[in-house]
Amino acid sequence: MARGANDFTADTNLNVIDLVCSRDDLVLFDGLNFSLNRGQILLVEGHNGSGKTTLLRTLCGIRTQDSGQVLWCGEAINELGPAYHQQMAYVGHHDGIKRDLTVLENLQLARALAKPGSCSVETILYRIKLNGYEDVQTLALSAGQRRRLALARLLVTDSRLWILDEPFTALDKAGIALFEELIASYVSEGGIVVLTSHHDLGISDVTMQRIRLN
Amino acid sequence: MNQRSLLRAFYFLLKRDLIISFRRRSEAVNPLLFFVIVVTLFPLGIGAEPKLLTAMAPGVIWVAAMLAAMLSLDGIFRSDFEDGSLEQLLLSGHPVTILVLAKVTAHWLVTGLPLLMIAPVLAILLGLPSEGLQTLFLTLLLGTPVLSLVGAIGVALTVGLRRGGIIISLLVLPLYIPVLIFGSNAVQVAANGMPVTAQLSMLTALLALGLALAPLPTAAALKMSLS
Repeated sequence: MARGANDFTADTNLNVIDLVCSRDDLVLFDGLNFSLNRGQILLVEGHNGSGKTTLLRTLCGIRTQDSGQVLWCGEAINELGPAYHQQMAYVGHHDGIKRDLTVLENLQLARALAKPGSCSVETILYRIKLNGYEDVQTLALSAGQRRRLALARLLVTDSRLWILDEPFTALDKAGIALFEELIASYVSEGGIVVLTSHHDLGISDVTMQRIRLN
Repeated sequence: MNQRSLLRAFYFLLKRDLIISFRRRSEAVNPLLFFVIVVTLFPLGIGAEPKLLTAMAPGVIWVAAMLAAMLSLDGIFRSDFEDGSLEQLLLSGHPVTILVLAKVTAHWLVTGLPLLMIAPVLAILLGLPSEGLQTLFLTLLLGTPVLSLVGAIGVALTVGLRRGGIIISLLVLPLYIPVLIFGSNAVQVAANGMPVTAQLSMLTALLALGLALAPLPTAAALKMSLS
């Protein structure tokens, strides 16, 4: 019953209809609508506490919305369940990296748990400039290096949608540039990206939508 | 995803948890030390009365095993919850129940299995007749996985709370009672040289039930704790 990702390549899209989310009786956003097709980026903006993370977690399906719908290729994500999760990759506030494991072990695990992508783990470590750190336990890495590793998880798996919560936290300028480049190339290949960021994205030549939460 | 990738995920997750426990072996040994210390406290507290100690041995060992298992429970999901690995697991697109099973298996291998190895030695220390030793081993072999499986439900429910420790024991210990009853009773009966097929069958049934059913509420509770 699980569908392969390839079934969707032609008309991958993420639709959000009248989404309402609240936290402790406080309505964070109300009647949120947007639609993303392949090759598009959505930048969610808003001040601290405006519900950016809540929105992203709702899009992931970790959190359930109060009302409204999140549709992936026309089907509600909570009905798709695992079939949806196989096609998306999420990097949240927490890196999701085990400190007692080495860089290589962390990536291999990420690859084993998801749908493996076409690039080898070694190639990806080279791309994110963590080559040479393969056998280093991640507790010895700096926060920025750990963030790189967390983002590298996006590359080891084969997904159609990236959901990134403040992906550039702790990254240096070179790291930000590197990942902006990776996001741009992912989008040009037909991926969809939803992200929050306090930095202005250095990506101009793609269709980027912006949403401001108040 | 197909069955093979699910098996692969199970294997990698199990391996991951075992590697982590190995690298933090000083922490992993604690429940075992706790078990040994609690059991040795009894002769000290009660005094060297061989008959009394022999009579109490099955219960003491079982209760100590239970407390040791409970102490180690928090480790099943806590660190994964805190570093964000748990949300990655839930979003991996695999049935969460199977992933839960992998984590519980790792937990049992790290905490239950060593307990199983040391328990007969402690039983001899307390003067349990040799007829009871084999049964003690068997009941622990069948019972400790149930402790891990049922305990996982409690941890999953409390992992989102800042101080889950004491609540876990309140949630989980009552659920351990059936295992305790059949486990310690079997050892007592066997020590008196009587057959224990019924108790062992009950423990086997509990294990089968636990394996089949416990991952379901655990998975549901984990999803709840994250949202």
